[in-house]
Amino acid sequence: MLGPEKLKQLADAALAHSKAEQTEILLRATDTALSRFANNAIHQNVFESNVTLRVRVILGKRTGVAESNDISAEGIKRAVDMARAIAQLQPENPQNAPLPPPRAAPPVNAYFAQTAECTPETRARAIEQICRAAAAQKFIAAGAYRAAVHENAVANSLGAWAYHVGTIADLHTVTLNDAGTASGFASDASPDARALDAAQVARTALDKAQRSQNPIALAPGEYTVVLEPEAVASVLQYTAWNTFNALAVQEERSFVRGRRGEQLFSPLVSVYDDGNARDTFALPFDFEGTPRQKVTLIEKGCAQAVVYDTFTARRDGVASTGHSLPAPNLVGPLPQHLFLAPGAASRAELIASVARGILVTRFWYTRVVHPLHVVMTGLTRDGTFLIENGQVTLPVKNLRFTSSYLDVLKNTRAVGRETKLMHDERAAMSFRAPALAVDGFNFTGVTQ
Amino acid sequence: MKDLSARVLNMAQMRGASYADVRVVNRTIQTLGVRDGRVQEMLQQESQGFGVRVIADGAWGFASCSRDDYADVDATLQRALQNARASALTKTRDVQLGPPEANKGVFRSAYKMDPFMVSMSDKINLLLKADSEMRRMKTSKAHLLTRGELIFVREEKTFASSEGAYIQQEIVESGCEIQAQATDEAGEVQTRTYPWGRHQQTRGFEFVLEQQLVENAPRLAQEALMLLTADACPALDATTVILSGNQVALQVHESCGHPIELDRVLKQEASFAGTSFLTLEKLNNFQYGSEIVNLTADATIPGGLGTFGFDDEGVPAQRVEVVRDGRFVGYMTNRELATALKLGRSNGTMRAESWNRLPLIRMTNINLLPGAWTLENLIADTDDGIYFDTNRSWSIDDKRLNFQFGTELAWEIKGGKKTRLLKNPIYTGVTPNFWRGCDAIGDASEWVVWGTPRCGKGQPAQTIRTGHGASPARFRNVKVFSKS
Repeated sequence: MLGPEKLKQLADAALAHSKAEQTEILLRATDTALSRFANNAIHQNVFESNVTLRVRVILGKRTGVAESNDISAEGIKRAVDMARAIAQLQPENPQNAPLPPPRAAPPVNAYFAQTAECTPETRARAIEQICRAAAAQKFIAAGAYRAAVHENAVANSLGAWAYHVGTIADLHTVTLNDAGTASGFASDASPDARALDAAQVARTALDKAQRSQNPIALAPGEYTVVLEPEAVASVLQYTAWNTFNALAVQEERSFVRGRRGEQLFSPLVSVYDDGNARDTFALPFDFEGTPRQKVTLIEKGCAQAVVYDTFTARRDGVASTGHSLPAPNLVGPLPQHLFLAPGAASRAELIASVARGILVTRFWYTRVVHPLHVVMTGLTRDGTFLIENGQVTLPVKNLRFTSSYLDVLKNTRAVGRETKLMHDERAAMSFRAPALAVDGFNFTGVTQ
Repeated sequence: MKDLSARVLNMAQMRGASYADVRVVNRTIQTLGVRDGRVQEMLQQESQGFGVRVIADGAWGFASCSRDDYADVDATLQRALQNARASALTKTRDVQLGPPEANKGVFRSAYKMDPFMVSMSDKINLLLKADSEMRRMKTSKAHLLTRGELIFVREEKTFASSEGAYIQQEIVESGCEIQAQATDEAGEVQTRTYPWGRHQQTRGFEFVLEQQLVENAPRLAQEALMLLTADACPALDATTVILSGNQVALQVHESCGHPIELDRVLKQEASFAGTSFLTLEKLNNFQYGSEIVNLTADATIPGGLGTFGFDDEGVPAQRVEVVRDGRFVGYMTNRELATALKLGRSNGTMRAESWNRLPLIRMTNINLLPGAWTLENLIADTDDGIYFDTNRSWSIDDKRLNFQFGTELAWEIKGGKKTRLLKNPIYTGVTPNFWRGCDAIGDASEWVVWGTPRCGKGQPAQTIRTGHGASPARFRNVKVFSKS
């Protein structure tokens, strides 16, 4: 961890060297430790320390970007010069947007020393609990325990300066039988490593794995499903990417284009994005340094706002909501701290409300089949069960679905009251979501 | 470089490591993108650093750092050792690597035109011209969104180990893609990409020029527009399917490349990527496909995106058989697992995305060897079937057995001719059943080593570049349908 003073020094050095009309410096420093286990033992145990400096220079209607992790004085100068040279080489872009003006983001405390200082031995002890619980029942556990510190800082030649440090701790396991024919998933995540409950993760995954043995095959078709939070996170992720993104609206490929205020979803569903919330992995500004606004995407089933960055906001004549990705950005602004508001039902009540349906622990290998209606395909994985007369009865072979995620939010019949925090490292997104009971979910195939 | 590696290796052994290796990597990535007639992306990224892998107390540890001053090097090595000793707390056996690999050598990928010496102006103008050619096809009835991207990579890597290996490699990659997306008032969205997603090889700028982006741009836009009003692919429980070469490449990647990764087979990836249906008892004892199906893992093909001189354990690149006459005969291995299973020498597939990632068993170039058919003859020989071209969506289960793939377009085939354009086509199947239904494979004239530059695996996440030599192929009794 470098701290705000050191990062400010690096940013100032870069800005001082730049002769461009406008210059933006994005600094990201990460220290990530991860212990990975399989077959009831740690087999990969890694640590990474990296600092990247990204320079965006604007010369009239031209923009150039260069990134380097060489933070020596010479390295910084080289990155600035490269960004400028790149900008000079390109034709003018009439839509080129200037940098956003300075706006202060209120600080959010998201740093926990116990995560930053989490030792390999601490991670090993948590993993050992999971592996011992699995081995005692002749199962094998696989999984990972990550403890990471992320520092983000943005400075620009208009006077902007923003700094944030946050920590992420997460632990998950897939516990499976030796033949690999039965498995269960469980996870826990928090900014504070002390909050992770390895024993509970071990119990939940092992219980699901044990109950997953000798699954039956269910015929494809439409079923009522109870989606646990990991599956709901997938629904939120792809819906946000394809629908509540201002660029998707402007390019006429979003389902909510021109439909603000319409009751498109279940009145039980409210979705918002809030990068300042204390119960997520907060990051109070975006990668242009703009403070993240809380943006309600769906309010009691009605489509509401979409998120903006500077470029898309300028096109629509509105203010950025603080949802930019690092420049240059081809995918548009993204909500990266999604919440689905809790409802009233306990997990047991959600299951009890289903006469015949399927309990889904999580989805796997989800891909967009058709973007406008967010038609997705994927499979269930690591704990899929038949619900009969309000009771979980039998394990079910994994099923393939080809179904619209928008329909999931439209056909939601009940929302769980307990929410779970999750972090997707690949997508750099956080989710806090409850379980959902959903009618008419379309399974199109059964696996062997 | 020698100073850093020697210092790390000496200190590692003095502090109790029974094995250590160090990789020093410097990567430069240049990305240029246009969208709808304007420059959207001009970016150069440089990343350098080193990673240290050690065995201490019989277990693995790894640590990496972007800075190489004395204190950082020392702290990084210390973390690698501490990680190894913590791993040992849960170990069930000591890691054994088998005979030492003390190779020394230099490898440089071949290119005619260094892509970093071609001016960025020339590159962006190429993209803008292709983009303009696509937008020329615009009509008043539909919205057309166009984009294009070029990417160039230079990776300089030095590997040294406590066994005496010292290897230097320089690999240059060039990649390109153009895309036209058409939408209409009814909400239909159709996309065409060329050559397919992003095609990439370990070659120079000549690779980009050979793709003829400008020449193919108008056809691409026209096809996207035509798809808006095309008929939907019919739902059929069993029909004959011909896959384009690039779709065969994707099919090989997902349903052959991943299940032959030995770490998956041994459940080392169970928590994320999954396991494999190609379990150990199937080696040399399982009919993976029909007798005309022959697959190799070949890291030696000039220009392949999975081509290199040595893997990230210092083992020389190799060509090995995976499927011979339809029978499954080989996994991709590494030193530890090849030793544990007595499979002989590692076949050299350990690769890391960069300095900050641990090497994993990764695909090299996984190839379906050519057959005897031209695409024209394949279609002419098919009375009733569907031709699927260019992947759009792909999904497969965690054992790599049950798959569902959609392509950007399809053509109905009747009486040996392409008769009707079809939109939103999807086919689905079970891996060995599908490959056993393969009855014709395109010949060498149709064979291309397609690049798949975004193969994800591992925790922390890492992306590797893989290649797939493939030509069009025909499969019988395949379930197809459409979804919009």
